[in-house]
Amino acid sequence: MTIAILYASTGIGLFSLGLYALIVLTHLLRKLLAINVMSCGVFLVLAGLAAHTPNAIVDPIPHAMVITGIVVAIAATALGLSILLRIHALTGRVHLPGVDEQFDD
Amino acid sequence: MITQSWLPLLVLLTSLLSGLIIFTLPENNVRTRTTLNLLAAFSKIGLVSWMIWHIYQGQHYQIHIQFLPNIDFILQMDPLAVMFVSLSAVLWLVTTFYAIGYLEGSPHRSRFFGFFSLCVAATSGVAMAGNLLTFLICYELLTLAAYPLIVHRGTEAARKAGRTYLIYTIGGGVSLLTGTVWLYTLTGTLDFTPQGFVQQLSPALHPQLTIIFMLLIMGLGVKAALVPLHGWLPQAMVAPAPVSALLHAVAVVKAGAFGIVRVLYDVYGIDFSATLGVTAPLVMLAAITIIYGSLRALTQDNLKRRLAFSTVSQVSYITLGVALAGPIGAIGGLVHLVHQGLMKITLFFCAGNLAETLGIHKISEMKGVGRRMPLTMTAFTLAALGMIGVPPIAGFISKWYLGMGALQSGLTWVIGVLLISTLLNAAYFLPILYTAWFDRPDTEPIAHPKTSRLLLWPPLITALLSLAAGLFAALPYTPLEWARFIVDLEFLQP
Amino acid sequence: MITPDLGITLVVLPLTGALLAFLIRKHAHWIGLGTALAVSLILASLLTDLVTSPGDYYYTLGGWGAPLGIELHLDGLSAFMLMASVVTGLGVSLYAFSYFRIPPQDNGKSAAFWSLWLFLWAGLNALFLSADLFNLYVTLELIGLSAVALTALAGSRDALISAIRYLLTSLLGSLCYLLGIALLYHTYATVDLTLLSGRITAQPSTQAALALITAGLLLKSALFPLHFWLPPAHGSAAAPVSALLSALVVKASFYLLARLWLELFHPIHNLMPDLLGWFGAAAIIWGSLLALRQIRLKLLIAYSTVAQLGYFFLVFPLADNQSDEMLVGAWQGAFYMLLAHAFAKSAMFLAAGNIQLFSGHDRILEFDHIAQRLPLTLAAFSLAGVSIMGLPPSGGFTGKWLLLEAAIAQERWGYAIIILMGGLLAAGYVFKVIGHAFTQAQTESFISETRTIPAMMQWVALALALVSILLGCYPAPLLELLTIGNPFNFFHPGS
Repeated sequence: MTIAILYASTGIGLFSLGLYALIVLTHLLRKLLAINVMSCGVFLVLAGLAAHTPNAIVDPIPHAMVITGIVVAIAATALGLSILLRIHALTGRVHLPGVDEQFDD
Repeated sequence: MITQSWLPLLVLLTSLLSGLIIFTLPENNVRTRTTLNLLAAFSKIGLVSWMIWHIYQGQHYQIHIQFLPNIDFILQMDPLAVMFVSLSAVLWLVTTFYAIGYLEGSPHRSRFFGFFSLCVAATSGVAMAGNLLTFLICYELLTLAAYPLIVHRGTEAARKAGRTYLIYTIGGGVSLLTGTVWLYTLTGTLDFTPQGFVQQLSPALHPQLTIIFMLLIMGLGVKAALVPLHGWLPQAMVAPAPVSALLHAVAVVKAGAFGIVRVLYDVYGIDFSATLGVTAPLVMLAAITIIYGSLRALTQDNLKRRLAFSTVSQVSYITLGVALAGPIGAIGGLVHLVHQGLMKITLFFCAGNLAETLGIHKISEMKGVGRRMPLTMTAFTLAALGMIGVPPIAGFISKWYLGMGALQSGLTWVIGVLLISTLLNAAYFLPILYTAWFDRPDTEPIAHPKTSRLLLWPPLITALLSLAAGLFAALPYTPLEWARFIVDLEFLQP
Repeated sequence: MITPDLGITLVVLPLTGALLAFLIRKHAHWIGLGTALAVSLILASLLTDLVTSPGDYYYTLGGWGAPLGIELHLDGLSAFMLMASVVTGLGVSLYAFSYFRIPPQDNGKSAAFWSLWLFLWAGLNALFLSADLFNLYVTLELIGLSAVALTALAGSRDALISAIRYLLTSLLGSLCYLLGIALLYHTYATVDLTLLSGRITAQPSTQAALALITAGLLLKSALFPLHFWLPPAHGSAAAPVSALLSALVVKASFYLLARLWLELFHPIHNLMPDLLGWFGAAAIIWGSLLALRQIRLKLLIAYSTVAQLGYFFLVFPLADNQSDEMLVGAWQGAFYMLLAHAFAKSAMFLAAGNIQLFSGHDRILEFDHIAQRLPLTLAAFSLAGVSIMGLPPSGGFTGKWLLLEAAIAQERWGYAIIILMGGLLAAGYVFKVIGHAFTQAQTESFISETRTIPAMMQWVALALALVSILLGCYPAPLLELLTIGNPFNFFHPGS
């Protein structure tokens, strides 16, 4: 159980770290990486809490969920990167426009 | 015997469907469009006459369609509905002829006549509504259908007038909706019942009922042009004359006044309203509107604006009559619904003729016009005299009953209001008549196109009808007798 | 059972169509259109089945039931949402068929659009049919990624930037949701909704999971104050994409939140319903006020979506702890508004697309007698506007009436006033557009050249708008459909 809690807390920690980075950093690639870090955190929590009781066989369902999640994360990251590249090609930068540069909002 | 009948729905559908079809007609297809228009108008009158004939023999007409889980969409032909529906059917026919003549050659006629028909469909729905929800739906439909007519010309002034109109009417709609939903949560029903359906609620709810009453009257008062909710009406005069005629005499303004009658008679019941204490303020408000409208009318040089303020004043006679809470006053108010419709539509037709034929929009331009357009001005004179209350034209009958009703209810100061109003009416109508008939024109009369028959006959017909309604008022089948019939039902002791 | 079999077809067919459209690019639009028509027919027969034998239906994929396998669940509510998805989808497919064949849209993006749109559709239908939390996560991701890609498809700088912002927000939402699932699974050892509803109790871990899941879904539904990503995304995407985003995508996460609330979280009494209600009220006011200030038509419509979404969230406080009839009425109102909004909003965006193609821009003040030159399009916009304003007769009015009734009956005057104000403000921005469409341009700039818009595009917009109005003419049967299978009654522990 202690191992599980260790995994889970690390996962939550990674999640929070990623969340902070997502909000604060402005470079788009870094935001994408922050999302990836956050997903790793969630996967850790999922896998870590998989074992309910110390003696029982580890529950495989959360592992299946993690694998699905990893696949989704890959697809999402790929999409994000390709959009990123297009933005760079069009505007030469990889930052979201600042508040004063926004179009009518 | 209450059986489901499709006839009320059919009455609504004649104008609804014809309106929808007219939208799709190409602009130049005058013949089809005219045929469709007239076909719909005549069939509506036919249907209404058929139903009236059978109603006299004891038949009831109504239709219930399930709408929300516990409330139906109800159309019914009770006596009040018959009065309003027949008025709008007859006047729609007359206005259709007039509009065809007036708009000859103007752009976007298909769009115009489409929305025109939708307006009438909505008005029939308002007239025949059997519960407050059906009323609300048709009332709001009317708001929407009248908007494109007001902005029809597409000018900046039209857009602004339309905007003012919307601000007032949609605001009013919100008020009406709130009152309706609130009432529904208290009573669980919205069906119009003679003598009302709210009396059985406990007295603890009376404060809420008073607020609901105010909300309902505010919502209806916008269309009925009660002061201070009347501001949209004079501005809406930028619309073409047939629209003004329709708005003032037939559809929008009357729908508001009709709604007030419905609320007082079939939702709250006149006795309960008196006990609740809401009729007295309403009488006040109507009186203020009557005087204010007439005062503002005095200062207007634009003919249509003067007529607009006259409507503001005159329609409140209806509210005054029913709010007097006595049978005689009620007869006066109800019969004025018909009489004012006939007289006002005549005035607007004539105003339209003056504008179309001679380009006259202001009263100061009307010098000696009686000689150049004698038929138009004769109709105008008849109607104007009726408005003032000169017997034997219909307006006199209404004022007489209103005065008697004021005596019966013990509110003698109302008679004073009626007298002042009559004087003011004379003050703003007689100068017009004088200018038209007795003044010399400023410039030499130039040859002008003759007014087409389509523009001449409608005002003459409606003027003669106003005369007839007054002369023959005591005969059966007149508006007066019908009003008596309705009032008997409402004031019948259970 | 026969009925859910058809349900799974609603997912498989678009999926197959998407793959085919990706492989056979030249005929992508035909594949897309064909799939759309097939899906509509299947939904029609599904609905007929459901209405003739009403009930709650479960279908296990491959014969493996919960908790290991995937189960699909069909009841009145999911049928209702499927109806929204399929009818809107059909309309948008018909529109897109013409849209991507006229320049400058005919540049090969057509194939990409159809694949992505069919993936999105598969995801939506799967979401409405799913009955376990993890499957819902997968469908949410499918929807999110396809939606982002569709937004980016427009290719402009604004579209790409709003797409990446949308992607990041969507992923954040999904991750919060997934974390919530993790906590729930750890506590109750299942993700199946039916099993969970039997086991759930108010514990700290469940409260935390509820908060996380709600936060994630709120991000995806763009509820104020988490709505910042929506207006740019919906405003800069291509017209059919905007229609899909506003009409369906944001509704999917709302539906999910409602479903989870109804099945799982209701017994947990906390601040959540009131919080959602306050945010919803703020969304209505804020969204409508900002819509009034917009210069561009598409942004105005996007902010209108932000506002209208607020209405749906009012159902949480209004349906809380009420007697059965009031409760069902409030839910019916919210979902009926949702359905009407799907049709009306897609009609509005399609109409805006027509206007934009016609005059080359969508600046409201520079509309030059659009009413006369694009009468069908303006009719579509006006009718859709009637539903958005909640004026009778329209689906929007019916929904608004039911919500208002619930609010006034409970004497929650704040919510009643907000609902009414929302209608007034909506009238403000809708008639602003209509008024300018009737008159000539306010500025001196001339319209360079105008193009003819294919009739199909104008008629589809009008048809969708008409449907939203017809919804208000005879709502009783659909309201009945919504309650099949009892989705709104749930188990009160201890009562």
